[in-house]
Amino acid sequence: MKPRIDWPGRLLLPLFMLAALPFMSPSTWLTLTVAGAAMGMMLFLMASGLTLIFGLMDVITFAHGAFISLGAYTATAVVAALPGMAASQGWAAALAVLALALMAAILAAGLVGYVFEVVIIRRVYGSHLRQILITVGGLIVAQELLVAVFGANPIPVVKPLAMQGSVELFGATIEVFRLVAVALGVAVFAGLQLVLQRTRLGLTVRAGVENIEMVEALGFRVKRLFVLVFVTGCALAGVGGVMWGLYQGLVTTAIGPEMMILVFIILIMGGMGSVTGAFVAAILVGLATNYTSFLAPRLALGSSILLMVAVLLWRPRGLFSGGR
Amino acid sequence: MRLDAILSGDRPRGRVLTVVLILAVLALAGAPFLFPGTKALGVASRICIFIVLAASYDIVLGYTGIVSFAHAMFFGIGAYGVAIALSGLGPSWGAVLLGLGGALLVSAVLATIIGFVSLRLRALYFSMVTLAVASFALIMATQAREITGGEDGLTFSVPRLLSPGFRLLAEPLFGVRVDGRVITYYMVFAVAVVMFLAMLRVVNSPFGRVLQAIRENEFRAQALGYSLLLHRTLAGVIGALAATVAGAMLALVLRYNGPAASMSFEIMVDGILLMTVVGGMGTLYGPMIGAILIVLAQYQLQPALAGLSAQITGWPVLPMLVNPDRWLLWLGVLFVVIVYFFPKGLAGRR
Repeated sequence: MKPRIDWPGRLLLPLFMLAALPFMSPSTWLTLTVAGAAMGMMLFLMASGLTLIFGLMDVITFAHGAFISLGAYTATAVVAALPGMAASQGWAAALAVLALALMAAILAAGLVGYVFEVVIIRRVYGSHLRQILITVGGLIVAQELLVAVFGANPIPVVKPLAMQGSVELFGATIEVFRLVAVALGVAVFAGLQLVLQRTRLGLTVRAGVENIEMVEALGFRVKRLFVLVFVTGCALAGVGGVMWGLYQGLVTTAIGPEMMILVFIILIMGGMGSVTGAFVAAILVGLATNYTSFLAPRLALGSSILLMVAVLLWRPRGLFSGGR
Repeated sequence: MRLDAILSGDRPRGRVLTVVLILAVLALAGAPFLFPGTKALGVASRICIFIVLAASYDIVLGYTGIVSFAHAMFFGIGAYGVAIALSGLGPSWGAVLLGLGGALLVSAVLATIIGFVSLRLRALYFSMVTLAVASFALIMATQAREITGGEDGLTFSVPRLLSPGFRLLAEPLFGVRVDGRVITYYMVFAVAVVMFLAMLRVVNSPFGRVLQAIRENEFRAQALGYSLLLHRTLAGVIGALAATVAGAMLALVLRYNGPAASMSFEIMVDGILLMTVVGGMGTLYGPMIGAILIVLAQYQLQPALAGLSAQITGWPVLPMLVNPDRWLLWLGVLFVVIVYFFPKGLAGRR
C-alpha cells in the first residue's frame, strides 16, 4: 500500500505565499518572497543540523548559536585575508572567496563541535534538563571566548563584489546574494536528503531517529554516529553563520544566539527531528518575517511566534514529525 | 514548634548551611547600620530582590524540572508596571498598587497561556517557547518608546516616604541617617521575608508535594491521577507572580527601569539561572545562597580580575582571559563545572 500523501502539509507553503499577495503590489511581493526564501534557506542551514542532532541523539543544545557566530566570524577573517579576490570583478573570484569561507567555517565549527561533543555533550546524554543547563553555560563560555579572540567590537564584512548589487526581475528588485543563498540552501537540502535516503549511512541515521536502541542492539556503533551527526550539525551551523554574516554585513557575538530564537521556532514547527519539516518551516518563518517586516515592522518576531502557535494547534507534533 | 510553623517545617539541611543562612539573614536585617553607604545599601537591596527572584524561579526549575527562559520577562513586567504607573500618574501609593496589580494580572495571563500552549505538548518545548516569547517581549519593551521609554527606560519619582530626601528621624540612629533609602530597604527586606516564607509554604503544601512527585517520576504522578499540565502551569504562574513582585521592588529601589535593568537575557541567564543552579535547585535555600553569592560576585569579580590581570601583564594569552571584561567567562565556567560535578549545587536537595 502506498503511504497517503500529506497534501495539507505540502500545500501549506504555496498557500501561505498566495495569502500575502493581496496585501501588497506584485513586484513588492516578489521581492519579499525571494528575500523570505533566502532568509529561510539560511535559517534552514542553521536548523537542519540541530534537528538531526535532536532526532538522532535526543540532545537539545542551546549552544548552537555559538557555532553560527563562529561561522560568521570565520567569514570576516577569510574575506579580510583575501582583499584582492573579494574586491575583484567576476564570479570566479567571488565564488572562490565564498567557497573558502565556507570551508574554513566547516573546519572551524566542525572541530569546535567535536570538542564540544566530547567534553560537554557526551556526559549529559539522556537528561534534557542537564543538557539545557550545561549548553547554556557552554554558550556563555563560547561567546566570551569569541569576544576574547575577535574583540568586542562589531566587525564589518563586505560581500564578494560579484555578489553585491541586485537584478531586476519582472519589475522586482532582487539582491544577488539572496539568490546565492537560495541556491546554497537548496543544494544543502538536496545533499542531505540524498545522503539520508540513498546511502547506508543515511539509512542508519534514519533508523536511529526511529529507534536508537534497536540500531545499537544490531551492533552499530551508535556513539560514532552521534559524534558524526553532531559535528555535521555544527558545521552546518557554521555554513549558515557564514551566509548570515555576509548577508548582514556586520558581525557581532550576538549574531548567532539572536538567530537561535527563530531556529527553535522552526524546530518546533517543522517537527523535531525532521529535515523536510525544518526546510518547510524555515521558509515559512523567513517569509512571515519578511512579509510582516514590510506590513508591521515591530511585529516581525511576533508573526513567527503566532505562526508556531497556529501550527501547534493544528499539528501538535509539528508539520512533518517523525516518530517522536 | 513555632519556628517550624514559620518555615513550614522545611528547615535548611546541614549545620554549616543553617549557620551561613542565619548569618546572612542577620546581616541583611542590619545592613543599613552594619554596612553604611549608598552602594552597600544598593547591594543589600539587590540581594533581597534576587533572593525572591531566584527562589521563585526554583519553583519552576527545581520543583517541576522544566527550564523557563521567560522568568526575567515576568521580573521586567513587574518593574515596568510600577515604572509606567509612577511616571504616568505621579508618585503616589495608589499608583504603585495599580502598577503592581496590573503587572500581576498581565503576568498571570501570560504565564497561563505559555503553560497551556507549550506544556500540552512536551516539557522540552516549554524552554524554546519561553525563549521566543521572552525575546518578543524584550523587543516590544525596547520599541514601544511612548510607553516604556525604549532603550533609555523610565526614570520616575517614588512616593515621598521612599524618596531619598525624606527624613524619618531628626537625629541619626547609630550614626546612620534614617532617610527614604533606608525605609525603602526595610520595605524590600520585609517583602522579601514574607515572599520567601510564602513560597516555602507553597512548596511544602500538598500542591508542592505533587510538583515534586512530577519531577521525580512524571509517569507515576500521572498514573496517580495528577494532571501534569495543570500542576506545571500553576507552578509557572506562581513563579511568575513572585517574580513580578520582585520586579516591582527593583523599580522602587532604582527609581528607574529599562530593558537592561530588569528584562534582558543577561538578567535571565547570568542572573536568575546561574543563581538557582549554583545555589542548588530543589530547595528554596539553595537559590537564596546562590543569589547572595552571585550578586556579591558581580560586584567583586571584576575588581578581582583587574587586580589579577595587572599582576600578569606580559604573559601570553592569559591576560586576555583574565581581562576584567571577561568576568562572565569565569561565571560560565563555574556554571558548567557545577552542572557537571555538583548537580545539586551548594545547598541542593540530597
